[in-house]
Amino acid sequence: MDSLTITINGKQQVVNADPDMPLLWVIRDLAGLTGTKFGCGVAQCGACTVHLNGEAVRSCVTKVSRAAGQQITTIEGLSKGNDHPLQIAWAELDVPQCGYCQSGQLMSAAVLLRENANPTDQDIDDAMSGNICRCGTYPRIRAAIHKAAQMQREGVKS
Amino acid sequence: MNRRAFLQSGTILGGGLLISFTIPQANKLAALGKTTADAGFAPNAFLNIATDNTITVYLSHVEMGQGIWTTLPMLLADELDVDLDQVTVKHSGVGKSYNHTIYGIQITGGSSSTWSEFDRYRNAGATARVLLTQAAAKRSGVVVENCKTEKGHVIAAGKKYTYGELAAEAALLPVPQQVPLRPKKDWKYIGKGASRMDASVKTNGEAKFGIDIQFPGLLTAVVAHAPVFGGKVQSFDASKAMAVPGVVQVVQIPTGVAVIANHFWAAQRGRKALHVTWDNGAGAELFTTKQTESYKKLATTNGLAAQQKGDAAAGLTKASKVVSSQYVFPYLAHAPMEPMNCTVNLQKDSCEIWTGTQMPGIDQAAAAKILGMKPEQVKINVAFLGGGFGRRATPTSDFVAEAVHIAKASGKPVKMVWTREDDMKGGYYRGFCVHNVKVGLDAQGLPIAWKHNIVGQSIMGGAPMFGPPPPVDNTSVEGVKGSPYIAGIPDHYIGLHTTKEVVPILWFRSVGNTHTGYVMETMLDELAHAAGRDPVNYRRALLKDHPRHLAALNLVADKGGWEKPAPHGRYKGVAVHEAFGSYVAIIAEVSINNGQVRVHKIDCAIDCGLAVNPDGVKAQMESGIIFGLTMALYGEITLENGKVQQNNFYDYRIARMNESPEINVFIADSNEKMGGAGECAVPPTAPAIVNAIFAATGKRIYNLPIMNHKLTQV
Repeated sequence: MDSLTITINGKQQVVNADPDMPLLWVIRDLAGLTGTKFGCGVAQCGACTVHLNGEAVRSCVTKVSRAAGQQITTIEGLSKGNDHPLQIAWAELDVPQCGYCQSGQLMSAAVLLRENANPTDQDIDDAMSGNICRCGTYPRIRAAIHKAAQMQREGVKS
Repeated sequence: MNRRAFLQSGTILGGGLLISFTIPQANKLAALGKTTADAGFAPNAFLNIATDNTITVYLSHVEMGQGIWTTLPMLLADELDVDLDQVTVKHSGVGKSYNHTIYGIQITGGSSSTWSEFDRYRNAGATARVLLTQAAAKRSGVVVENCKTEKGHVIAAGKKYTYGELAAEAALLPVPQQVPLRPKKDWKYIGKGASRMDASVKTNGEAKFGIDIQFPGLLTAVVAHAPVFGGKVQSFDASKAMAVPGVVQVVQIPTGVAVIANHFWAAQRGRKALHVTWDNGAGAELFTTKQTESYKKLATTNGLAAQQKGDAAAGLTKASKVVSSQYVFPYLAHAPMEPMNCTVNLQKDSCEIWTGTQMPGIDQAAAAKILGMKPEQVKINVAFLGGGFGRRATPTSDFVAEAVHIAKASGKPVKMVWTREDDMKGGYYRGFCVHNVKVGLDAQGLPIAWKHNIVGQSIMGGAPMFGPPPPVDNTSVEGVKGSPYIAGIPDHYIGLHTTKEVVPILWFRSVGNTHTGYVMETMLDELAHAAGRDPVNYRRALLKDHPRHLAALNLVADKGGWEKPAPHGRYKGVAVHEAFGSYVAIIAEVSINNGQVRVHKIDCAIDCGLAVNPDGVKAQMESGIIFGLTMALYGEITLENGKVQQNNFYDYRIARMNESPEINVFIADSNEKMGGAGECAVPPTAPAIVNAIFAATGKRIYNLPIMNHKLTQV
């Protein structure tokens, strides 16, 4: 059991954890942030996607030791007022159904949108096919990413 | 699940819609002459208006993605005369007032939430509006005819009161038994729709699912289950598990051994370190291959009659041509994204439970029975469901009961969490089944005899709360029984062999229609081909007396351009099926690449009667289509030596973004009886896809999933 300093959504905190403990469970069970979800535990579904120094990682297979001293962003930190262009587009197009996978979908999409201001359908396939949605919201996720990209290009704040 | 099944199970309380209002606490107090100012105004179980003007709508049906969090408030708001942004939504607790208006228990299922509540929630809003208007009239000294409502206010004698201001006075008034409902022309939300009221909390991490419950002192439990269904713990050694840092206790429960720890990961590691010796029992003799052979054999004999007319065997001898096919369907796991979980906080005289469940009343009763408590001592808090699809409506309350047993055995507050593997191997599947079909055609290629036998387990046999199961479980035959294609055939027989297996099965999004729709609509394609007819025109001929099937079929054929050739290298297939009172027709467009199918486009038309929330209907069509696509392409649970061979999403695949086709949904303008939306797109999707595969390859697929077949374009 080690004392590790981690920074989640800009907030530095010390957790007592085995260095091998997956970041997902540190975030959920030790830091108490439940927006990041457990879906498979083996990096197959993407429900646990968070940003580590801005890159999308599957927190269920990322050891906390790898995240120590790094910047971790979870869905709770994607924007201050639920106003990331993706979050706005998600709500406008009624993307979520059960909603369980959507934190991970948004965190994956946020990296895509940051790196690619005008993603094509193929770009969306490439970036989003690691995230499973059992409700089948894929057509709306695709449309919402296009919409958010347009909003971003037109200067809606991020 | 199916409405008809419930009707036949004889558990319905009276006929038609049951409109029941509770006399709320406030009005009971009023009757006793006590003050009610603090209680606010609760004219019925579905609505509370607090004096601070907080307007809360309580949902008798749970939100699992289908959008009822928005649709039920829409119904109420149109009558109450409020904007939805003035409304707070909550799941109800357990109570008789929240029982399903038709099924008689508290349940979300059967694609019934909207149509079954259409009158009750409108009445709830209208009742409140009448009382609030009366309160304003009384306060202003005018007659109610001189008062009007407007967006959460009553305007009386030139003064505007918020509903909250009137709540305490309205609560003292007697609740009218009958209130007028607004005519269609005055509907603001109904038929037009509204944005999802849960979208915001489902985009920022705030939405609380069962797995998200936290409170000080709460521990996490992971359970070691028997590797074979029906297996029992023979002995176990917890010493290595207890040595894992964070593990606090290991307890035996009826379904296995639970490892309780400070957090999930410690519990999971503890389970890995745990040594259990299992007595697998007779379940270890189950092999999918053997099951397939025995079911196939049985299917060639007549089962108990589900529907019959004339003499099917004799009819077949008169046919110009006989088409025979046998179909095999695997077990399927629902695999909702949120694995099963349940949190239990057990006190001496009470128990509080948090979970995502489609049947909270059944779960409450199950927990009470385990604990030796009365149901009212058990409080169930229903969180958002991270997917349901039927899996969270277990007659045995399997995952709730398991968590309650852990709490009881350990004496600790616990959140039991299943891993994905637990869920995949945990049973309560769509049942394995086989169909054997023989159809006789006349010289014109039209069916004159139909012999159809189905072999499979019974869902209702595992659902004692609906009474003793009938000899023929309707959920096993629905979709064949009652099929518009068969009803008019002079000689037909639909039979059912009900089998028993150790594997528990359950309703799975669209229930029996998952396989019956497939069989009917692929067989129809075979018959059309045998008759040398166009698949759409052939169906039109047979459906001429079934206007709603025709409406959906014609709409999709028209909008989807059935007559136009598909783009080069692509092929089309069609299917139409009724389920849960709605009629859905689908055209799939596919191509074949490297031996596998690629679904490019799905056009879908639905006649569901009035579409209360059209975009919600559209979303459910998209959802059902992708669910059906997954089922068709990949869905398969197999067993060897009684052990489930699949583990996680790497070997139980779910369709992903790159496989998601273009989907176009067309809603028929219909004044017919309202049906459901949540399930009805599933049944026609798979047959439309494989009918398109036939067009491309000349190969019929009689056993799903498609991934097991090597496809070659002709």
